[in-house]
Amino acid sequence: MADAGASDAVVAAAGSGTGAEAGAARRSGALPSLRVRRRYAAVVGGLSLLSLLSVAGVLAWQNPLPAGSEGFWRIAGLRASSLVVIVVVAFCQATATVAFQSVTGNRIITPSIMGFESLYRLVQTSAVFFLGVAGLDLVRGVWQFLLQLALMVGFAAALYGWLLSGRYARLQIMLLIGIILGGGLGALASFMQRLLSPTEFDLLTARLIGSIANADPRYLGVAIPLAAAAGGLLWLGARRLNVIALGRETAVSLGVDHGRHRIVVLLLVSVLMAVSTALVGPMTFFGFLVAMIAYQLSDTYDHRYLFPVAWLTAFAVLAGAYFVLKHLIYAQGAIGVIIEIAGGTFFLVHLLRKGRL
Amino acid sequence: MIRLSGVAKSHSAEAVIGPVDLVIPAGGITALIGPNGAGKSTLLALIGRLLGLDEGTIEIAGYDVATSRSRDLAKIVSILRQENHFVTRLTVRQLVGFGRFPHSRGRLSRSDEEAVSRAIDFLGLRSLEGRYLDELSGGQRQRAYVAMVLAQETDYVLLDEPLNSLDIQHAAQIMRQLRRAASELGRTIVIVLHDINFAGHYADRICAVKDGTVAHFGSPEEILRAEVLSEVFDTPVEVVPGPRGRLAVYY
Repeated sequence: MADAGASDAVVAAAGSGTGAEAGAARRSGALPSLRVRRRYAAVVGGLSLLSLLSVAGVLAWQNPLPAGSEGFWRIAGLRASSLVVIVVVAFCQATATVAFQSVTGNRIITPSIMGFESLYRLVQTSAVFFLGVAGLDLVRGVWQFLLQLALMVGFAAALYGWLLSGRYARLQIMLLIGIILGGGLGALASFMQRLLSPTEFDLLTARLIGSIANADPRYLGVAIPLAAAAGGLLWLGARRLNVIALGRETAVSLGVDHGRHRIVVLLLVSVLMAVSTALVGPMTFFGFLVAMIAYQLSDTYDHRYLFPVAWLTAFAVLAGAYFVLKHLIYAQGAIGVIIEIAGGTFFLVHLLRKGRL
Repeated sequence: MIRLSGVAKSHSAEAVIGPVDLVIPAGGITALIGPNGAGKSTLLALIGRLLGLDEGTIEIAGYDVATSRSRDLAKIVSILRQENHFVTRLTVRQLVGFGRFPHSRGRLSRSDEEAVSRAIDFLGLRSLEGRYLDELSGGQRQRAYVAMVLAQETDYVLLDEPLNSLDIQHAAQIMRQLRRAASELGRTIVIVLHDINFAGHYADRICAVKDGTVAHFGSPEEILRAEVLSEVFDTPVEVVPGPRGRLAVYY
């Protein structure tokens, strides 16, 4: 009863106006205390520094001409297009994974299991299978890039539209069907790969492992506006995404049209994933790894703060890995391999250590 | 006033709700009681638009829940379900702040912050407001959820078994606070309760639900009677005079 009496007094005080100052002093921001705010600033600072070091490394390491000369900048300019690809891929993967995990209320899945990557594998494999080595060149080009994007987004839209708008719309079932379809498409691709000649298979493999070198700079003119539009919409809806992340019932009680927004978010996610996959190839664990690190580092529920940290993390990881692999150990094709090994290990260690996500 | 007319909903051939015709007047606490699986929670979810209706209409303060915009409804009715599990890590104050979303669209103004503070103080959570939900006990967390729903400052508040898994101290505390919310803040509270005696003591009206329909609706005096309760729960219930009103004895 003492408890109830105390809050009586506070309610009375609030009525007489002294509560106004108390209310102003007590804030419910995304970063509730000074300690959390400092930590967030330190995280952003640290990640920015890492990113800058990677950028400097990629541009200047073993640049044969003296720093600052005209030739130095010309070489740096050639290398910069890889950095632009990294910026775009980091943005797509980070934003898509964080949004996808929030909207599904599940932090152990990644949007790439929804069949995008298997579809990409199947398209590339079919090209080689039916058209031979020349087919690999036929699937390169801006129009082909667009067509692949349309195929992947169309696949996702059909899946979401079919499974989430019905009367018994269940997210878990949709995810399961997405994974099974992805598995089926992947199996078909593997089967076709078995029938290829070793040369064809060799050429195809290079294309199927996520690699910055896969990206054709011509694609960027299409990829950047698409990624910016889809990602921008997600960033603009960050406040609503915060509510959707609380689950359907809470979101509906707070007046958010959960069903409609969920499909919109999933479609925007599929555009981002399709752009990233069509640009550099499959990177199954990358988004997951980045989102996981971003949650740990930013320690907030608010997507307005989560998205930037996830993007910065993605850029730092990808640019760092690219620099090390390309300029230090000369194995740039293996970037997808490294990230998947590192990502998979991180996932296991994290899961076993924390026991929760 | 909440008005249900001809409300029906079927999950499957066995689990059918309705048809229900019911008028819950504005003000006070209305308790929904009844055996497991009778449809109390489903009925509450239908009123709170968490489930769609198959037939009939539900009006809250004149708004048809099926056709009104969800964001308009969120300013007049809030609902708290039994199980709340969030993947995101939130402090008590952040959670309660979400209750202001229908008014603030996520940008908390000064008056929103004051409403959040009021709700937190009302439930005696001031000293805990900076703590994360996963650091709290079950009772404290339950109070935080109730605070969030109260911060929404809706005239109608629907609560689905908020006393679940609470000990008697915390259960009684929450009921007292809800009682005060109803009488001091003028909220209309509809609450699913398992404990008949809690319903008898704190509620102004009791709605007994059985087999998907409303079996009895009336004041605690009308419902807390041996023959009514024995019929609703299919088990012998005696009603004896207690120190603070009638008590149902069923053990």
